[in-house]
Amino acid sequence: MSSTELNPTHGSPGRTLAVWFGLCVATVTTWRLGEQAGGAVLTALLLGIALVKGRLVAYEFMALRHAPLLWRALLSGWLCVVCLLIGLAYWKGLNP
Amino acid sequence: MHATTTLPQRRLAGDLAIWFFILAELLAFGVFFAAYAFARARHAAEFDVAQQALNRDAGALNTLLLLSASALVVRAVQGAQAGQAGQGRRAAPWLLGAIVCGLGFVGVKLGEYAGAFAAGVSLSSSVFHMFYLSLTFFHFMHVLLGLVILAVLWAGLLAGRYGPDNLNGLESGAAYWHMVDLVWLILFPLVYVIH
Repeated sequence: MSSTELNPTHGSPGRTLAVWFGLCVATVTTWRLGEQAGGAVLTALLLGIALVKGRLVAYEFMALRHAPLLWRALLSGWLCVVCLLIGLAYWKGLNP
Repeated sequence: MHATTTLPQRRLAGDLAIWFFILAELLAFGVFFAAYAFARARHAAEFDVAQQALNRDAGALNTLLLLSASALVVRAVQGAQAGQAGQGRRAAPWLLGAIVCGLGFVGVKLGEYAGAFAAGVSLSSSVFHMFYLSLTFFHFMHVLLGLVILAVLWAGLLAGRYGPDNLNGLESGAAYWHMVDLVWLILFPLVYVIH
């Protein structure tokens, strides 16, 4: 038995299906929210959804769930910094 | 049964080199996203008006296509990982499905560009359109490269190159594709939705 069989890095098909479904629901939510009047609350909500979706893709699809802490921190850090910068810029646009 | 009790060893899926490449790509996109966001801060009203003309339905459909392609890539890797050595070709149809979804993204995007150009949109139309065209085209080029990589991996699976004993190349290409997906998950709300 090989070491990869002992270590199913890529999860189970059922788990992948569930993650995919969750990501699709979040995408439809983002799409529908686009019809709402804009604002700080909506932007925060959209960025929060994007953050959760990004983390799901990184941890589940890119298999970072099983990766060393450094790489999980690098990808999570990228997501957080990007979403924070976008949020900050949006806030700056509200109070120019 | 002892397999389930073995503590999984922490490891990166794919080659370390591809992960450094992914990191560099993410930094480039991150700078681009921040540049868009801060340009919008200075021209918020103008950006919001121009954004209204974008096809948000096409953007959402493309998000679903990329997510589906990513999930299918994961299924291909799972299939190759679970099979016997040299039997990775059983996972090939999953990757073909991913390629079809990726081509769907390309088709939708080209349709969107055709509509924009027909409406007279160009890089010099406005600050928003400069960002919209360059940012989405930069991503589009990554989708095309990702599709080439998936096609090579698909051929490799058909040739029986990948299996539980040889996953590194498959995992590396898969990680690149997921990065293309990950970047779009920020790009879509940023350019098409947030206003």
